Amino acid sequence: MKHLLATEGLAYDDALAILDTAEEMAAVSSREVKKLPTLRGRTVVNLFYEDSTRTRVSFEAAAKRLSADVVNFSAKGSSVSKGESLKDTVQTLDAMGADAIVIRHSASGSAAQLAASDWSEAAVVNAGDGAHEHPTQALLDALTLRRGWYSGHSATGSPRGTDLAGMKVLIVGDIVHSRVARSNVWLLRTLGAEVHFAAPATLLPYGVVSWPVIVHYSLDEALEAAPDAVMMLRVQAERMGGVFFPTAAEYTRRWGLTDERLARTQAMILHPGPMNRGVEISAAAADSPQAKILDQVAHGVAVRMAVLHLLLTGEH
Amino acid sequence: MSTTYLITGARPYGEDPQDVLIEGGRIAEIGPDIGHRAAPQLTDDAVIIDGSGLVLLPGMVDLHVHLREPGREDAETVETGSRAAAAGGFTAVHAMANSSPVADTAGVVEQVHRLGLDSGWTEVYPVGAITRGLGGTVLAELGAMADSSAQVRMFSDDGHCVNNAQLMRRALEYVKTIGGFVAQHAQDAHLTGWDTEHVAQMNEGKVSATLGLPGWPSVAEEAIIARDVLLADYTGARLHICHVSTAGSVEIIRWAKQRGIQVTAEVTPHHLMLTDDLVKSYNPVYKVNPPLRTEADTLALREALAEGIIDCVGTDHAPHPDQAKECEWAQAAMGMTGLETALPVVQHAMVETGLISWRRFAEITSVRPSDIYGHDHQGRPLAAGEPANLILVDPSVTTTVRPEDHATKGRNSPFRGLELPGQVRHTFLGGHQVLAQGELTSSRTGRTAR
Amino acid sequence: MSDEQAHSAEAATVMTAADIDRALTRIAHEIVEAHRGTDGLVILGIPRRGVPLARRLGEKLTAIDPGFDPVTALGALDITMYRDDLRTSGARTPEPTQLPAAGVDGTTVVLVDDVLYSGRTIRAALDALADCGRPQAVRLAVLVDRGHRELPIRADHVGKNLPTSRNERVTVRLAEIDGLPAEQEQVVIIR
Repeated sequence: MKHLLATEGLAYDDALAILDTAEEMAAVSSREVKKLPTLRGRTVVNLFYEDSTRTRVSFEAAAKRLSADVVNFSAKGSSVSKGESLKDTVQTLDAMGADAIVIRHSASGSAAQLAASDWSEAAVVNAGDGAHEHPTQALLDALTLRRGWYSGHSATGSPRGTDLAGMKVLIVGDIVHSRVARSNVWLLRTLGAEVHFAAPATLLPYGVVSWPVIVHYSLDEALEAAPDAVMMLRVQAERMGGVFFPTAAEYTRRWGLTDERLARTQAMILHPGPMNRGVEISAAAADSPQAKILDQVAHGVAVRMAVLHLLLTGEH
Repeated sequence: MSTTYLITGARPYGEDPQDVLIEGGRIAEIGPDIGHRAAPQLTDDAVIIDGSGLVLLPGMVDLHVHLREPGREDAETVETGSRAAAAGGFTAVHAMANSSPVADTAGVVEQVHRLGLDSGWTEVYPVGAITRGLGGTVLAELGAMADSSAQVRMFSDDGHCVNNAQLMRRALEYVKTIGGFVAQHAQDAHLTGWDTEHVAQMNEGKVSATLGLPGWPSVAEEAIIARDVLLADYTGARLHICHVSTAGSVEIIRWAKQRGIQVTAEVTPHHLMLTDDLVKSYNPVYKVNPPLRTEADTLALREALAEGIIDCVGTDHAPHPDQAKECEWAQAAMGMTGLETALPVVQHAMVETGLISWRRFAEITSVRPSDIYGHDHQGRPLAAGEPANLILVDPSVTTTVRPEDHATKGRNSPFRGLELPGQVRHTFLGGHQVLAQGELTSSRTGRTAR
Repeated sequence: MSDEQAHSAEAATVMTAADIDRALTRIAHEIVEAHRGTDGLVILGIPRRGVPLARRLGEKLTAIDPGFDPVTALGALDITMYRDDLRTSGARTPEPTQLPAAGVDGTTVVLVDDVLYSGRTIRAALDALADCGRPQAVRLAVLVDRGHRELPIRADHVGKNLPTSRNERVTVRLAEIDGLPAEQEQVVIIR
């Protein structure tokens, strides 16, 4: 693996290798010395065209725990008309000796373009490109799901080497604009899980019929299928109300994980954050023992350490 | 004094070999054994061209190009675009109005027309804007453009759709009054997120769903075409549909033609061959408006072009400087070059698939577009006395597309690296040879390509 | 190396299953003698083949001194992330590191590996161990010492000293890792 651009097309063996490596990385976080010398002398550039403190900090912590030097480059609002082009920025970073470029961009495909270009030799990690993919988010979700799933499904009694065969995962909400949903669909399917969607048709991609998922328009109906995990996506109710659905209140009534719905499911609850409490998820659901939302955050660092390790070590 | 040319053994429309004598800018004679008879009488400066193996066709006529001048001379000029036209086998091109300033006044269209005449590689006809500044709110000076020295007959806001139905009705009626026609870029603004942060980026469907790019749904084209054919019917005006891209549009146009509505339509070479699968690369060279569609659409468009539901090929030649394509997909400019690849692509998609003959090729690339515009000297039969707007094509060679070798300034060809059949070897513009053996010679005004 | 390749090259058995078992028994006795018992002793295998060897050593230690509890005194120490050839060798998935719950501070750690060669693996293991705690002492036990050290490292307990040339390969084949019957375990030298 030279780059991590998408979970679509990520091989089963590579996905498991990242998750298994992440398990060992997670163990490092509980040690006294939370640092590994693995990437000493290597430079990881966080190239963020979109504000996302959470993701940037997670990648930064991951790189630093592997002893890499980290350069944060915030290039918000760049476009050909508004300043330096992506090409020029990347060539500059390359000249500065970047070994890996972690790119976050509002334009779908920007990570893939960077990887396909001859602008840089660096390994490219997609930290979210438009509504396309956010592969490390899906990997940390999978790590979280596997932690809750392996017991009873693992031959060795450990999460290592275990996939998600037979697991039912329900993704709820704004799927059309969600790179998290897209990355999860492909990775969960690769790992053998069954993926369900629940959303109004306005928040589903037009081409969703070609996806390997089971679509429900009703969250109640989707919950009746007894999912093992429910992933609630952030809905920007203030911006989307009146356009994609009538009001935030109606959205919550139909597609929110309310207290009443929480009482009807035993599923693990995931949310990529930041949450809109009271809109897509009730406070009780977010704080319930079923919620694994803080685990997801912790797993983010481990997964990103695993990805950086696997991309930056070894001969390419 | 214009040069006399004797072309020997070329096959008009790919049919039986004939000799052609060109004198005084016209076809003087055409027949099976003119060569033997005429050769001894030729003067020393006459040129004899061995046409064996070559197909003789009327010069192609393109109703849809972007020459970028005035305003974006870094992307293309009338001069470079005209050279590209000559190299691609076009003896007339129609330059869309989205220059800067917009071609919405007599002054701008006369400037473009004059630049074309001065250039002399092909005939350049400016297209007038329908609305002032392509703003879609008030009519441009349509009558003044028609009365100008450019004698504009074709009006289009191409690149922008005339979304306002009332304004479209008025445009159709007014242009009918002055003896012209309206060419619509059919794109419903709301359905394609026009002027929003989610502006459509590619065909909406399976691929856009996966790539997370805002979709440009086929219905956004079809809804406008449906509305506009009804308006054309209601007003009794002539309507031309630019760059038809969906199978659904074909059905609406078929219906309209069956009802006798005065509608004509064009399709681009790229929509006949390329599909939205290519967008998976996120290479902005595949970004175009209307977007590349599905394979089912390309097949429907080919059938419609063969059958005559779609009248003609228009390249929508849209050169861009490198930096407009070497950037993020969402920020990249829309459009592809097309003048110098049109013949190979249409040969590949239409002739080699057995859908059309070379005679039909001449209709869709020359005769019909000339009729639609109302030219009396382009798209003419290959007969004695006709103006010598001609091309000789070698259909048997295969070449690899190298945009670096093109005469256009644009390097944004989506066909880069593809092996395509057919090559324009010679182009005659009014009896003047602007292309010889695949190389630009000199223009009618004496300009050279170097 | 596949079986086919092992057969096509010239392979010689230098230790049989019985030899391996006897060597481990002797090393266990040496450890107890050197440490004067098993109190405060931690045995850490280096993946992959050091791990089953450490487990077997643990069993033998318990046999000698029932006070040695494998649950609290046996573990594994992965060195993948500490290797000095990470840039040139293929990226690997780390193996689990499992330390005794009480940690290694103040203990005597015996690192266990199958073959001692350049010494680079042990260098990495010492670094990895230092990041996990501060043992009172660190010892090294290996099944085979084949020489050609590139670092100033030596083993405290050696099953067999095996003179080799650099172009030979030494392979330890163990039941747990290589999936073969216990009686077919062996150390081979491939020329």
